Amino acid sequence: MTAIGTRLPRQEDPRLLRGRGRFGDDMSAPGQLHARVVRSPSAHGRVRTLDVTEAARAPGITAVVTAGDLPEGMVIPVRLAIAGTDLSAFLQPVLARDTVRYVGEPLAVVVGDDPYACEDAADLVEIDIADQPPVLDASDAFDDGAFHHGDQRCTAAELTRCYGDTDAAFAAAAHVVRIELAIGRHSGVPLEPRCLLAVPDPDRGALAIFGMTKVPVWNRDLLADLLGLDETLIRVHAIDAGGGFGVRGEFYPEDFLIPWLAMRTGRPVKWAEDRAEHLMAVNHSRQQYHRVAAAFDADGRILGLTDDIIQDNGAYCRTHGVAVPELTAAMLPGPYRVPAYRGRVRVVLTNKTPCGTYRAPGRFEGTAAREHLLDVAATQLGIDPVALREQNLLTRAEMPHERPISTLGTDLVLDTGDYPALLAAAVEETGRLGYRAQAGAGPGSSTGRRRGFGLAMFVEKSGLGPQETADVTVSRSGAVHVYSGGTSLGQGIETVLAQIAADALGADPRSVRVTAGDTAAQPFGSGSWASRSTVVGGSAVHQAAAAVRERALELAARILEASEEDLDLTDGAISVRGDPGARLTLAEIARAAAPASRYLRKGEPSGLSARRRFEVSHMTYPYGVHAAVVEVDTGTGRVRVLRYLVAYEVGRAINPMLVEGQLRGGVAQGIGGALFEEFRYDEAGQPQAITFIEYRLPTAAEIPPVDVLLCQDAPSPGNPLGVMGAGEGGINAVGAAVANAVRDALGLAGGVGQLPLTPARVCALAHATPGPVIGGGP
Amino acid sequence: MKDVHEIRLTVNGRPHELAVEARRTLADMLRHDLGYTGTHLGCEHGICGACTVLLDGAPVRACLVFGVQADGAEVRTVEGLADGEQLSDLQQAFSDHHALQCGFCTPGFLMLAEAYLAENAGSTLGEDEARELVAANLCRCTGYQGIVEALLATARARQRP
Repeated sequence: MTAIGTRLPRQEDPRLLRGRGRFGDDMSAPGQLHARVVRSPSAHGRVRTLDVTEAARAPGITAVVTAGDLPEGMVIPVRLAIAGTDLSAFLQPVLARDTVRYVGEPLAVVVGDDPYACEDAADLVEIDIADQPPVLDASDAFDDGAFHHGDQRCTAAELTRCYGDTDAAFAAAAHVVRIELAIGRHSGVPLEPRCLLAVPDPDRGALAIFGMTKVPVWNRDLLADLLGLDETLIRVHAIDAGGGFGVRGEFYPEDFLIPWLAMRTGRPVKWAEDRAEHLMAVNHSRQQYHRVAAAFDADGRILGLTDDIIQDNGAYCRTHGVAVPELTAAMLPGPYRVPAYRGRVRVVLTNKTPCGTYRAPGRFEGTAAREHLLDVAATQLGIDPVALREQNLLTRAEMPHERPISTLGTDLVLDTGDYPALLAAAVEETGRLGYRAQAGAGPGSSTGRRRGFGLAMFVEKSGLGPQETADVTVSRSGAVHVYSGGTSLGQGIETVLAQIAADALGADPRSVRVTAGDTAAQPFGSGSWASRSTVVGGSAVHQAAAAVRERALELAARILEASEEDLDLTDGAISVRGDPGARLTLAEIARAAAPASRYLRKGEPSGLSARRRFEVSHMTYPYGVHAAVVEVDTGTGRVRVLRYLVAYEVGRAINPMLVEGQLRGGVAQGIGGALFEEFRYDEAGQPQAITFIEYRLPTAAEIPPVDVLLCQDAPSPGNPLGVMGAGEGGINAVGAAVANAVRDALGLAGGVGQLPLTPARVCALAHATPGPVIGGGP
Repeated sequence: MKDVHEIRLTVNGRPHELAVEARRTLADMLRHDLGYTGTHLGCEHGICGACTVLLDGAPVRACLVFGVQADGAEVRTVEGLADGEQLSDLQQAFSDHHALQCGFCTPGFLMLAEAYLAENAGSTLGEDEARELVAANLCRCTGYQGIVEALLATARARQRP
């Protein structure tokens, strides 16, 4: 029982370090064609001409297809439907027919023998679009309730998450504090672009797919529906993926087009997007406008909280529907005691790339709004920011805490934890590590460089159900095989599931082999997203491995003619207590369970294996504190993050090294979103960030060493392992902590107004004459 | 007409002869003509560094070099680092320090570090210098800390007699 909790080296590492990973573009099939997507050059307009004649005649080109070649009505449905919203009018067609709505929208696909030739031919497609004015600023909807643009309806959905009487709370308040905060548009940007290989088997009418890594079973079923195939004829294979972060593996137009072209041509078709395509085609995320306000009593206790949120969703609603802004509204109250709350969201369509999830979707944004508001409130109320948080945090005695709102179709019950204790531990840790001293010991104001300290607290969510299924089998060699519905996106799922299975089976984790995301090997998987793989997938593996253990003990008792109570299972072998000679390895038991074994009773299924389904109706809610020390150069506007701490309650860490890695990697992405990364558009709707020169991912020069305080004090009551998710706690509060630290450095009375804090914005904040503070009295 | 050239080169010590179109990048040639798929393409415009290989010992972005430019050259890729099944000290340090998650950028960082360590054998590597070197390439998963630590640990170990 030592496999859980150890810093085991990753099983994934040797193949990846040797260049033997199998990433999308590493896969090829004999006779394959290559595909190139022709994309809209215009942000909004009517398609007057789409002439593929010349492209189709180019050397090496097999076919060029447009919307007219597709079956009727090919649109991509919503995967995460939120009750009460109808998005059917706003779904994306797989190829645009009459109207284009963002730069990068697929219009046609060229297939041919060679990717270079396809790219040449794609340039020969003649496109003429009658441009129409684009909608680019969703915040206009604050002033225009219906928000039409010409005859175009721009508000796709409106929803409210609320409880209590916020009007009464604000009327009774001693202090009301309001801020506005805009969150910039950014995205996950995994380092491997998307890639798909579809290999048809014309005789069977079957398809093998490589590169659908996130929710392979859901994508398989949707693809089967769209192609009119039985789903078991499609097999999605498990391969490596160069990062996911929410964007990879959702069902995009290409996920229909490439398999459909393979079926149509009868040949394997491969598509590998380039970086410019990725940055204008893959889901964007984050862009929201918040008008958030809190009502306090005279002592600084929160009486009510409201947020009016506009989500700039881009041109369509994709597979996530309105799940991201719904999560923002539902999670906004965070770890605090909020007697009355109203979060209103309007989802506005603009002529930009459509949006979906990106690591901590909705929470990066909401945490930034709430935690920045609290720092502004602390200044206005004359209370220390930590003290203001302390007195409003839910206490251990108040847990579990049921909020009368739902999210993603589940009731929001904060299941466990001691929020004040974690805040205290984080504050103590920043003191021990000298954060405050470093923030106070700036180079002197005459240099134009000012330092600041910022802190933010948050509740994460993890372990979304409804289920995950796992199969565990011991083969004749004694190796343990795990077939999980989770997928490997770089998070280390193979190692973690091996540790869980080894723990339950009393085996060496190095003897466990994990297959994650192969729809033939595990046809009932729900995928890797929403920080669910260790929680839900891991619990299924735990249960299946425990069932295999029971079965092994039952068979061993039969073979050894001993009582099960007298058996021990350790180091991959079962022995009879007090009789060292009576010992069977898992390999021997697996052979004894093989078909035709004399140890099998009549009617008993053969094999040493089990399938288990772990079902869960509620999520589990980890929580954390982020703290940052920044240095702001008021001359250049440059912000340097000098120190960064994440204190995080994870319930139980299967592999602490991997949890820390998740947290550190999340911080780096969060710093990108807080300071550097932004999809900007010009007035014509042309994207201004389609290379890594304009879309500025942080390098090692911008990311400080991240201090981690990993806590395992509040095991989750909702699963047998006591685990909570770790994938998103590193990024959740970075926007908030950095904004608070920059605000502290600049001594602002109000908020920073906008993320990311680019040099131009920081200069504007540093040199603005202090204006009237928004809010104040009731 | 395609502008095709016949070239010779060695990759990880193995000689290759092939005909390659003038515009074909070294990265595509290595990956798709010669099967060295450990070299990865993350941006194809020279920023991310995932495609870093050693061309006559010097690190280059294989997406910014044409295949024909490698005519007569010795190329080293990530596949050439390990000794049979034995990981190199640098590869092992990457695993020990959790310097990789998805592993897509890893070959580029390994080749970059390998070139640096070979060129600066015997000199001491400081943390700031290591961080500056690592800042040449992009990683989206790790936050770079493990990569910096792995590089420092390997440099220290190689200094010991």
